[in-house]
Amino acid sequence: MVEKLTVSSSPHVWSENSTSKIMLDVVIALLPATVGAIYFFRLNAAMLIALAVITAVLTEMAIQKIRKQPVTVSDYSAVVTGLLLALNIPASAPWWIPIVGSIFAIAIVKQLFGGLGQNFMNPALAARIMLTLSWTDQMTQWIKPGADAVSGATPLSFVKGVTAIPSKAPDLYDMIVGNIAGSMGETSAILLILGGLYLVYRGVISPKVPAIFIGTVAVITLIAGGFDASYMLYHVFGGGLMIGAIFMATDYASSPVTAKGKVFFALGCGIITSMIRLYGAYPEGVGFSILLMNVAAPLIEKYTAPKVFGEVRK
Amino acid sequence: MKLLTFKGGIHPPEYKELTEHLPIERAVEPSTVVIPMQQHIGAPCEPIVKVGDRVLVGQKIGEAKGFVSSPVHSSVSGEVKAIDMMPAAGGGEVLSVTIISDGQNEVDPSVQPKGDIEKLSAKEIVDIIKEAGIVGMGGAAFPTHVKLSPPPEKKIDTIILNGAECEPYLTADHRLMLETPENVIYGLRALMKSVGVEKGYIGIESNKPDAIETMTKAAAEYPNIEVVGLYTKYPQGAEKQLIYACTKKEVPSGGLPMDVGVVVNNVGTAAQVAIAIKTGMPLVERITTVTGKAVASPKNLLIKIGVPVKDVIEQCGGLTQKPGKLIMGGPMMGLATHTDEVVITKGSSGVLLFDETEAKMPERGPCIRCGKCVDICPAFLQPLHISNFSNNNMMEAAEKYRALDCIECGSCSFICPAKIPLLQAIRVAKRNIIAKKRKQS
Repeated sequence: MVEKLTVSSSPHVWSENSTSKIMLDVVIALLPATVGAIYFFRLNAAMLIALAVITAVLTEMAIQKIRKQPVTVSDYSAVVTGLLLALNIPASAPWWIPIVGSIFAIAIVKQLFGGLGQNFMNPALAARIMLTLSWTDQMTQWIKPGADAVSGATPLSFVKGVTAIPSKAPDLYDMIVGNIAGSMGETSAILLILGGLYLVYRGVISPKVPAIFIGTVAVITLIAGGFDASYMLYHVFGGGLMIGAIFMATDYASSPVTAKGKVFFALGCGIITSMIRLYGAYPEGVGFSILLMNVAAPLIEKYTAPKVFGEVRK
Repeated sequence: MKLLTFKGGIHPPEYKELTEHLPIERAVEPSTVVIPMQQHIGAPCEPIVKVGDRVLVGQKIGEAKGFVSSPVHSSVSGEVKAIDMMPAAGGGEVLSVTIISDGQNEVDPSVQPKGDIEKLSAKEIVDIIKEAGIVGMGGAAFPTHVKLSPPPEKKIDTIILNGAECEPYLTADHRLMLETPENVIYGLRALMKSVGVEKGYIGIESNKPDAIETMTKAAAEYPNIEVVGLYTKYPQGAEKQLIYACTKKEVPSGGLPMDVGVVVNNVGTAAQVAIAIKTGMPLVERITTVTGKAVASPKNLLIKIGVPVKDVIEQCGGLTQKPGKLIMGGPMMGLATHTDEVVITKGSSGVLLFDETEAKMPERGPCIRCGKCVDICPAFLQPLHISNFSNNNMMEAAEKYRALDCIECGSCSFICPAKIPLLQAIRVAKRNIIAKKRKQS
């Protein structure tokens, strides 16, 4: 045989899975919520989503060009960040909000820390928090869905500081479907859950994190509300819990890789979210809780290393 | 049947349909064989023949040097033409005896039936196995008599035969179990007697239902032999994972199967033990699956030890296209070889030829910390971290993350969506850590 043969370390076969396939799955999982946002909030929503995604991709491209690195926008990870960010801003936001947010998410949170897989926080979430702290008015002008959108309060602002649901709060059915005021993508629980189920089915995320996160919030608010089930459901379906638990807390780079670590991580997210919602100054605590747990993730991972096969615990 | 298994693991495509229904064929008689003096783990053999000597089938031509070693025998009758260095499957060269066959296949007079198991003592059986040059035929080629000689303080209570054949493509063990189940059972009985155990298991993956059925039938009259179905998952046939599946015992980290009272042997090894006792013929030939996209007609062949791989490929209709990779063994743990001059040895479970597309190395991306490698690692390690430490020359950290517990199954590299060669980096760490330990002691 005169041909040159490849010599390499085993294994010699690889799975079909790839980074871009995983990211594309996340995009697909976000589609129901995206379509829902456009349906509920109409043209402005479509424009904001497009701006966020395009800016995220262009920013990633530009930074990789400047740093003379291979351009990797085809792995869809920037699309995921842009889309997630868009779903986290209100439909009434001005056009420059998604642009500033996407640049911050990609340039600062993701690329400056080393790019894909190296970000210590979820880029979209960090951008949302940055935008909320910097332009609080623009980021909290919630509008109710519909063509002639009028401003309205989010369900969580109704239950803030009280332990019973006021009579003027929106209907629970509307909350599950998404016919309420809120960020574009966080209003429809059912569309987000649909996306989450797809990710679990495709093996992209473990159902453990969203289930424990949401479960913890449910248990704590159930107790805090004096075992009023509808008060608890308000907390579960209101605000950013669904999008946060399903799409943000499951971010690979900023959550622990160990099975046990994921449990502690999700538990921590649930406890902090509940505490902020019940006792904090803000009506919503999902974003802060995930970012705080993101920072704690390496530590959690360090102390939750699996017991190695055949290892005898001392 | 309830299927037994371990935690973790992967499901690579099997590609067994290429050869699983093809009966074992005897390979064409070779004109020349090149027999390496080291085909096993342990000390190499010393040749005990000279150039020009006439040798017979089954005649010992290499004497084992040391306890962890195994003698080598001629697979043909003919004349010793050369004793020199020849290409080895793992890269590099190995001292080999080249024999020109006279085509007579005259059997050495020392090859005589050893009598019935019932009449042989445990020690006699171990000696027969040792003298017959029998080594683990699943691929690792660890001398079998060493496994059967535990220190007196280790009480062995179970022998497990590995019929999992979890490597994709390979079907040699499958065919062996279908075609000569009586030899597998006979060999297992001999192995059980040699270490004085009461319980014998034969573990077979559920993707070989016909083998499970055949072996169950063959084992029917021996109540202490149990054929167990194993869930089809790689690496089901890894020693420690197989022991866990059958007995739910974990071999302690850094320990050996005998630490939990178990000895594991391949079904092929057991069949070879049966042949050695029944006919007296040492290990001079084996069943090898020759397969892959680049081979014209894949086959399960009974091949004499020392036949060059290029002759074997020739016999399988040659190549259909330009080959990209030649793998000795299966695609998960086999050795990629730089030349087809290498020969069939005692551990050659497969000869796998990839075409150029299959041989192409995937482009590696950055780790996205998906944690898939952690989820599937059958040793419960964190491959992404060990690999990272290894790449940054942080060998102490790699050791702390228990790199040495890696069984090198390759599941992590397989599953990685970023196509990071995790196992390769972990191997580097293991070699470094072991080298450092040697230096210290």
